[in-house]
Amino acid sequence: MAQTKTQFGYRRHPDQDRAAAEIAEHAVVVVGAGPVGLSLAIDLAQRGQAVVLLDDADRIGEGSRAICFSKRSLEFWDRLGIGQRMVDKGVVWSVGKIFHGEQQLYQFNLLPEEGHKRPAFINLQQFYAEAYLVDRVGELPAIDLRWRNKVTGLEPRNDSVLLTIQTPDGPYRLNAQYVIACDGARSSLRQMVGAEFSGQVFEDQFLIADVKMTAAFPTERWFWFDPPFHAGRSALLHKQPDDIWRIDLQLNRFADPALEKLPENVRPRIARMLGHDKFDFEWISLYKFQCRRMNRFIHGRVIFAGDAAHQVSPFGARGANSGLEDAENLAWKLDRVLRGTSPEALLESYHTERSAAADENIRESTRSTDFMAPNSHQEARLRKAVLSLAKETEFGKRMVNGGRLSTPSVYATPLSTADGDSWRGGAQPGASMPDAPVAGPGGEPMFLTEAFIGAGTRFTLLEFGNGAAPELPEEVAAIRIGGKDGLVDSAGLAASRYDAEPGTAYLLRPDGYVAARFRHPTREGLDAALARAAGHN
Amino acid sequence: MALSTASNFAKPDDAFRAIVEAHRGLSDEQSADLDAALVLVLANHIGDIAVLHEAIALAKRRMLDASQQQQQQQ
Repeated sequence: MAQTKTQFGYRRHPDQDRAAAEIAEHAVVVVGAGPVGLSLAIDLAQRGQAVVLLDDADRIGEGSRAICFSKRSLEFWDRLGIGQRMVDKGVVWSVGKIFHGEQQLYQFNLLPEEGHKRPAFINLQQFYAEAYLVDRVGELPAIDLRWRNKVTGLEPRNDSVLLTIQTPDGPYRLNAQYVIACDGARSSLRQMVGAEFSGQVFEDQFLIADVKMTAAFPTERWFWFDPPFHAGRSALLHKQPDDIWRIDLQLNRFADPALEKLPENVRPRIARMLGHDKFDFEWISLYKFQCRRMNRFIHGRVIFAGDAAHQVSPFGARGANSGLEDAENLAWKLDRVLRGTSPEALLESYHTERSAAADENIRESTRSTDFMAPNSHQEARLRKAVLSLAKETEFGKRMVNGGRLSTPSVYATPLSTADGDSWRGGAQPGASMPDAPVAGPGGEPMFLTEAFIGAGTRFTLLEFGNGAAPELPEEVAAIRIGGKDGLVDSAGLAASRYDAEPGTAYLLRPDGYVAARFRHPTREGLDAALARAAGHN
Repeated sequence: MALSTASNFAKPDDAFRAIVEAHRGLSDEQSADLDAALVLVLANHIGDIAVLHEAIALAKRRMLDASQQQQQQQ
């Protein structure tokens, strides 16, 4: 196995040698080289923007931390050119099982149908994801990644932000048109803009242990309520690459973190769970969590993304994945605003769309957490009733909440054009584009998400052929299914997933979300939908 | 669909009696468990979130009325 590089060197940059009167000017400065900041920088660079990416450390963080990356995140990473590497290393899964005591209550499949390029989820340690992203950054000269550059001061100007940055060589300053804060849950930039960050604090404590062992458990997400090895509490078991297993155990509210974290105290618990003692610890962490978000994701020219802007409980894989959705949502909008092809007001839709998504993620993960750790005797009683009803009823199984896993939000957004035609299904405006298998003109198999990348990940009209192609606005790319030289929908899945008839067309945004759809597009209709989606209304 | 507060049982006494008898011989704790399960089963049978919200509001209003009466008596 190739050794992944995780330690990076500080290098002095010529910006640091500038006189005080000649501070360097940059279009975009991204703060924080975690999964969100790295992905955002890559997306911006691929769209032609020069990006300065600052990180206060010089190494990739230890511990697995985030491990579940969603289909949507993988599709984003495909657009960034690193999806395959993530999937090759990751553990692919789509099945989850829920147990109560010794009994399996039910199982669910998050992607029960064929014909998608990417699986429902992969499990991959966050440090691998970050390392692969850093490798990709290294291929893009437009990204200037500066390690051990810590932002210590932030001063809003009329049309820019003046940053003070501390380095091993001392401080320097630079001026940015936009600063994107991806500096994590303890964001110092959030403090610098004086933003509130309040929400619900959960008192329950959870113990994460990543253990190394060879085991024949299937690659499924297993969740227990009240398991025999951990009476009265919940537990989670999940496979990662390199024979590493994520184990998550709920502790009581009053457990002493320092004591609980000691390997000699963790080991017997895990041994009881696994039924043996043949494992080594990779990482142990004890945590409590909060569900909260900033009121506003945009503070003048400082824009917040990922954990810096919102935090959820870990049950549901909604942390890193929602941060990546922030990045894909912001990159194309910021690119257009910097080019002047969209007004600055387009950025407001980032706040509108992603703060609503944060609310949804917080709601879902709070419900899961409350189900796992009931807040009162009556809540515990209702949960007990659900768990017992789940043994014999379908509705009971569906009410058991062992984590509802991340799916992309459907945006209620001013960028969407409301349906004017009649639809029985398909992807509504504001939803992400469904994938489907198709064949190229030469018969080569491919996926719609690949065709979208091939068309340039910009505004794209996905049309189901019906004679002559419609006349397109200049900047809109086209994917044509059927007709002469079009892609072939051999399995009929594209047509069914888009509720398509001959003539149907979907206008896709540069992040692959549906902006508008038509049974028979007209030039006027397309122009209006494009203008709206680009923020011109 | 709105919450129906008309009398829906042909023999309302039979319905009340069935619930009372289900609780016979149970401790308060067991009764509370039974009620919790019963509420979930019936809520699912109704299967309409708006009706459920209305039912909750009606039930809660009874509690509110009771506590106001108590305050007035004091």
